[in-house]
Amino acid sequence: MGILQKFKQMFSTVPMLGWFLGILAAVLIEYFWGYDYISYYLGLPKIPVLFGALIMLKEPVMIPGALAYDLIVYVIPVLAVAKLSCFITNPGAALLEKLPLWLSAVIHLVCFYAILHLWAGINDYRVLVVKLTLVSIILTVSINVINGYQGEFSCSHPGFMALGAYVSSILTLVLFTNDKIFGTALLPPALGPYLFPLVLVVGGAAAAIGSLAVAIPSFRTRGDYLAIISLAFMFIVKSAVENLNIIGGARGMGGQPDLAPLPVIFFWTMLCIWVIHNFVTSILGKALNTVRDDEAAAESMTVKTRKTKMTAFMFGAFWAGVAGGLFAHVLTYINPGMFSINRLAEILAMVYFGGLNSIVGSIVGAVSINVLGEALRPLELFKWIIIPLILIFVMIFRPYGLISFTEINAKKLLEAKHKRQQGVSP
Amino acid sequence: MEPLIESFNYILQNIINALQRGSFYAVISIGYSMVYGVLMLFNFAHGDIFMVGTYIGFGIATLLLATFSGLVPPPVIFLATVVITMFLASWIGVFVEVAGYRPLRQAPRASAAITGLMIGIIFETTILIMLGAKRLSFPPLMETVNYHIGGIYITNVKAMIIIISLLLMLALHAFIQKTKWGMAMRAMSYDFLAVPLMGVSINIIAPLTFAVGAGLAAVAGILYGQAYPILDPYMGVLLGWKAFVAAILGGRGSIKGAALAGYLLGFIEIFVATVFPSTLRDFIAYSIILVILTFRPRGFFGMEHSTKLRL
Repeated sequence: MGILQKFKQMFSTVPMLGWFLGILAAVLIEYFWGYDYISYYLGLPKIPVLFGALIMLKEPVMIPGALAYDLIVYVIPVLAVAKLSCFITNPGAALLEKLPLWLSAVIHLVCFYAILHLWAGINDYRVLVVKLTLVSIILTVSINVINGYQGEFSCSHPGFMALGAYVSSILTLVLFTNDKIFGTALLPPALGPYLFPLVLVVGGAAAAIGSLAVAIPSFRTRGDYLAIISLAFMFIVKSAVENLNIIGGARGMGGQPDLAPLPVIFFWTMLCIWVIHNFVTSILGKALNTVRDDEAAAESMTVKTRKTKMTAFMFGAFWAGVAGGLFAHVLTYINPGMFSINRLAEILAMVYFGGLNSIVGSIVGAVSINVLGEALRPLELFKWIIIPLILIFVMIFRPYGLISFTEINAKKLLEAKHKRQQGVSP
Repeated sequence: MEPLIESFNYILQNIINALQRGSFYAVISIGYSMVYGVLMLFNFAHGDIFMVGTYIGFGIATLLLATFSGLVPPPVIFLATVVITMFLASWIGVFVEVAGYRPLRQAPRASAAITGLMIGIIFETTILIMLGAKRLSFPPLMETVNYHIGGIYITNVKAMIIIISLLLMLALHAFIQKTKWGMAMRAMSYDFLAVPLMGVSINIIAPLTFAVGAGLAAVAGILYGQAYPILDPYMGVLLGWKAFVAAILGGRGSIKGAALAGYLLGFIEIFVATVFPSTLRDFIAYSIILVILTFRPRGFFGMEHSTKLRL
């Protein structure tokens, strides 16, 4: 414990900017020398995609090589550069503190995106994993509004996702592509990227309107009826899509134009996090929390409980629809089977693993379940024993999830870290 | 007159089919409903307990048939299979309660639900790893005899499924109403917090509830294996969710309601499939459930609760 404490102390003066610089250095090392020198001399067949996890599990002989790769490419450069660049990054962060917070946050986000882009750009598999993880983040954060902040148990997220995915897919197929079913494009395909946000919003709106079918009956009373009504809704949507042959029925629908490259998805994810953070810290969000804790008391404090719950529910559904639209355009193929019980189990696992009532928790949950799922892929079936076991242990030891009831404090996150301050608050 | 009789027979035939299907749903959802009523948690592992129970039944049946076939009459083998399977499956239920749900008794209910979901996935995967993806077929425990009564066909298997389900439900009803254990369960479903103060140990009642539920699910599994003899590690998933629907539709903790809702589900599914294309089955079934819950939000026999449920 002593060593760990000392280690933490040593790096406590590194601001966020410094960590970014360190990771940038690591990614650049991987980008320029990763394949030609480092993995070649370590005897690895190619650059380890997810920190060597796949290689380690597939061929145990490669474990030392993969570990050495991680050490040389990631651990040492990140720590060294982050620590050594303190004398530049701390004044830099202090300079940024003088700017308005939003500008500082945007600059940090741009840096973050640049690093992510470089890291993912090394191969296509990474790009796909990053894209799907970002979509999962939107889903998890949006279900946290309902299952966490509102304190209900909703099972209809795959249904909302399906609504968003199908509505936005149909729109892009009708508007921007020459398709067998929907005929020639109504608008020039070049307009696609510009109108895509609109398409996503329409998809989200469809999901929000669909959510009324759940919200109107279930918020007339309290209790567990939301769970079953939302489950019924999910089955209804899936079954309806299966029976509509014009949109492919059970065979699914393909050929969506590739309108969702990494920057677009990143932008929407950040937008979603920002908007939902503002929502849950707004007066409406506080009202939602009082409704969760004690509905009768909230009612007597002039909170319009029904309206609050409906708004929050539609809001969560809207973002699930947007996530569905992005999901459809990442895979450029959807079928009703993608939006079934399995997806529900996955979404619930992500949100309860990460933590309720916390956006950071949702992000942690989405990223860890996605990355774990990918990294443990070589274990095939055993993966489905290990991941559930991890989740059960998390539930037993931290019943509200890993990080719960915590809000993002952007100012604290981005500020410069001086030695002087460390002494004041250990 | 002839077409009228024909169509009457057709309807009667479908009623028999619906009763058979409804019996499975009813027996499974009763187990679900008991846990839901007593401990107030969504036992999402129930469908997979049913699946494991079916596999245990398969193992016992194969073993007994291999050893005693020809030595004892088939009904004895059948009865022995049911009793042994029920006993073994009950321990699965107890295990789930002790390992998964007991540490989470003070936790939010949703966490327990997620644990149940994960236990279910572990069961599925374990079975898949142990037995492989090859589909097994349940051995018939008795010869199928086809009876032809006044225009409708009924096999002895079908009749047996319906009768045994009804008997099980009556037995359970007697257990709940007449025994001390049953009284403790009823009390616990009435007030979760006050009952432990009266000297009723929740650490006995909760595993007992799970054991009874799992035992019922296992019997349903054997009956299911007689009607649809293909075994599949994922067979419990959809049935589990349907049991969940039926349990809540029946009203919180109401055994009667769960059984009724189970039969209703069976009837809706069979009759939708006879009138509409069978692909619309889920769509119409769940739409009807949505409409019912809109007008009766507490389910069929649900009680009004003034306080918000513990979440």
